[in-house]
Parts: sequence; C-alpha cells; structure tokens
Amino acid sequence: MTYDFQFDAVFASWDYLLDGAWLTVRLSFGAMAIGLVIAILCALGKTSGPKPVRWLINAYIEVIRNTPFLVQIFLIFFGLPTVGLRLSPDVAALIAMVVNVGAYATEIIRAGIESIHKGQIEAGLALGLRPLQVFRHIILKPALRTVYPALTSQFILLMLSSSVVSAISADELTSVANNIQSQTFRSFEIYIVVTGIYLVLALMFSALFAGIYRLAFAYTIDRR
Amino acid sequence: MIRAFGYNEFLFLLSAVQWTLLLSVIAFIGGGIVGLVVALGRTSDVKPLRWLSTGYIQIFQGTPLLMQLFLVFFGATVIGIDMSPWVAAAVGLTLNTSAFLGEIWRGCIQSVPRGQWEAASSLGLRYPGLMRYVILPQAVKVAVPPTVGYLVQVIKGTSLAAIIGFVELTRAGQIVNNATFQPFLVFGIVAAIYFALCWPLSLLSQRLEARYAAPSR
Repeated sequence: MTYDFQFDAVFASWDYLLDGAWLTVRLSFGAMAIGLVIAILCALGKTSGPKPVRWLINAYIEVIRNTPFLVQIFLIFFGLPTVGLRLSPDVAALIAMVVNVGAYATEIIRAGIESIHKGQIEAGLALGLRPLQVFRHIILKPALRTVYPALTSQFILLMLSSSVVSAISADELTSVANNIQSQTFRSFEIYIVVTGIYLVLALMFSALFAGIYRLAFAYTIDRR
Repeated sequence: MIRAFGYNEFLFLLSAVQWTLLLSVIAFIGGGIVGLVVALGRTSDVKPLRWLSTGYIQIFQGTPLLMQLFLVFFGATVIGIDMSPWVAAAVGLTLNTSAFLGEIWRGCIQSVPRGQWEAASSLGLRYPGLMRYVILPQAVKVAVPPTVGYLVQVIKGTSLAAIIGFVELTRAGQIVNNATFQPFLVFGIVAAIYFALCWPLSLLSQRLEARYAAPSR
C-alpha cells in the first residue's frame, strides 16, 4: 500500500488558511481579554462578596468546569435562538470561549488573591491607600504575578480548544481546514499542516506571554 | 417531521452514556499505561529518552485534541487501515491522555526527595527495584488527586468523538435535537448528565488534595 501525498492542494489555499488562523488568534485574544475582566470580577466576588453572590459564582464555575466545551457551544449557538437571540457563528464562538475561560481563570485568580497575606492589605490601608488602590496595587498585581504561569497556560489551552468551535462553522482555522478538506479530499495533508500551524501558534503565544511577563512584572527584579 | 421530546428520546440519551463511559475508561487505562512510560522517560537519566518524551508531551499539549482525533482518523486510511470512528476516538484520546498524565506524573515522581533516590541506590537497588519499591509508592500518593481531577478532562474530551461521527452522549444529543428541535432542553439534559458524571470526581479530587496537603510529617 502506498499513499500518494499531495500537499499542493493545501498550499494552493494557503491564504485562506492564514485568514482562518488570524480569526483563531483574534477570537483567542478577544476571549482572553473579556474573560480576564470577568474572572477578576468573579474572583473578587468570590473572595469578598456577599453569600448569594459567592454562591452564584461558585455555581457558574462548577457548571462550566464540569461540562464539555462542545456542549456549551451547542447550548449557546442552538439554544439562544429559541429564546429570540440569533447569533452568527463567530459571535456565538466568542461568547462560548469567554464564558468558558472566565470560569477557569476565576479559580486561578482567586487562588492568587488568597495567597496575598492579610498584613499586606492592612499595611496598605494603614498607609492611607483607598480600597480601590489597595485592590489594584497590593492585591491584584502581585496575585496576577503569582498565578501568571497557570493563567497563561490556560490561555494557550483556550486557543487550542477554539478548534472545537468549527462544529458550528465559525470561520476559524479548523473550519477553514474542513472546507478545504471537503473540496480537495486531501484530509490527512490538510490536517497535518493545520496541526503544525496550531503548534506554531502555541509556541508564539507562549513566547509572547513570556515577553509580557518581563514588561509587566519587571518591578520585582529592578527594585530590591 | 418534528418529534416531541419524550421518554424514548431521554432513554436514547441515557443509553449513549455507556459509550461516553466506555470511551473514558479506555482512554484513561490506555493513557495511564502509555503515560507511565512517558513519565518514566521524562525523568530518566538517559538523555535521548528524555528528549523523546519531552517532544511527545510538547506535541500533544501544543495541538488541539480535535486535530489529533482527525489525524488518527484520516491517518489510518493513509497507512491503509480502515478505522471506525470508535477505534479512532479511542486511539486519539488514549494518546492525548497519556501526554497529559505523563506530564502530571513526572511532577509527582520528581517531588520525591533526591535523598530517597540516593538512599535506595546506596542500598543496592537497581532502577527497576528503586522505582518499584521506593519512588513510585511515594509518588502515587501525590499523584492521586490531580489524576482524579484529570479524569474529568478525559470524560469531557470524549465529547469531541461526536465530531468524527461516533455516537456517544454529545452526538446522541445532536441526533435527538435534529429530530425534536428543542436545543435548550436536549443540550441542557446532555450538559446535566455530563455534570452528574464529572462533578463528583471534581469534588473527590478537591477533597483528596486537601487531605494530602495537610501536614503529613
């Protein structure tokens, strides 16, 4: 048995693939940014909110973390239109990714916030900082620094799991691959190339996150 | 012809759970066996073995699970095997699980203090005995909570088998939804079933972690 590899079909659609990869990148960064804001708010609510708020946030986290991403996508994309909210696949994909990453990031950031010593907060208040300043400078920034590795690997997992949104044909990398596949039938060639693109994206993301770390948290290295 | 969601549809979903569970068990056992080999390679003193297992982990953790399933599914035809979606899903999930469990267990093996290795080898134990009687028993203790936690990821991961056409819980949900067109109800029930499978495991993992984190010395 010999198989005749034909990569021409793949490289003929190279621009199309890059468009798909670009949407994957945009979806990922959009979901990260919005998800991070949601996660910070939820983590704050979970550590210092009133009981009903904490209970609600806990329910959100547990439901999202214990159900598959694919089912969450189906609920949003097929379920919401039945209550009159019609979404394009791209928007539904973004919402699903935000909701998903928000839950995981909340738990990560909460762990960071809880690692801050109480004395630090009291010292900040005693120095006359307002509560918001205390939260920003004394709680949030060091907390984010502590959990940065966990948080960024969660973001990379998010980018990789975005391939699942191809199930509702959002036009990201995997969907593009499916389209090319159905036109050319060079399934293995397409998917091996696309897998390579994902691997490169993952490496680029982790290089970028390492760079951001150096920029954002350099203060601990300079000052002694 | 649109059917109403009734008792039969619910039973169909419930009967699909057995495939989700079977797939999870296969992926977990297969992934555990391969994962142990990967973890041993990753902590080995032999450099090529270390490189090989590091590369293996990097590739599986740096690419989407869905792509891995596609590659197994379509790759089998390339080498001339006609693989059913069922076998492809089992193989793909096993490989993926092995990479993640391998990395988790590497950490557990390395958490055993260096002195234990030195003491064991100075007592004359060679590598197999050293691993079997000294290092692994201590590593297993640390490994249980994250491994139980990872089982949740395995169960959720099996939902992707739906995309390559294997009828497990999520695919059954799609089929029922196509017939009844009540997506909120159908996928709500599907999600609730996954939740009922995963949540107890998550809680167990947290409880075990809290217990092992308590001072043991």
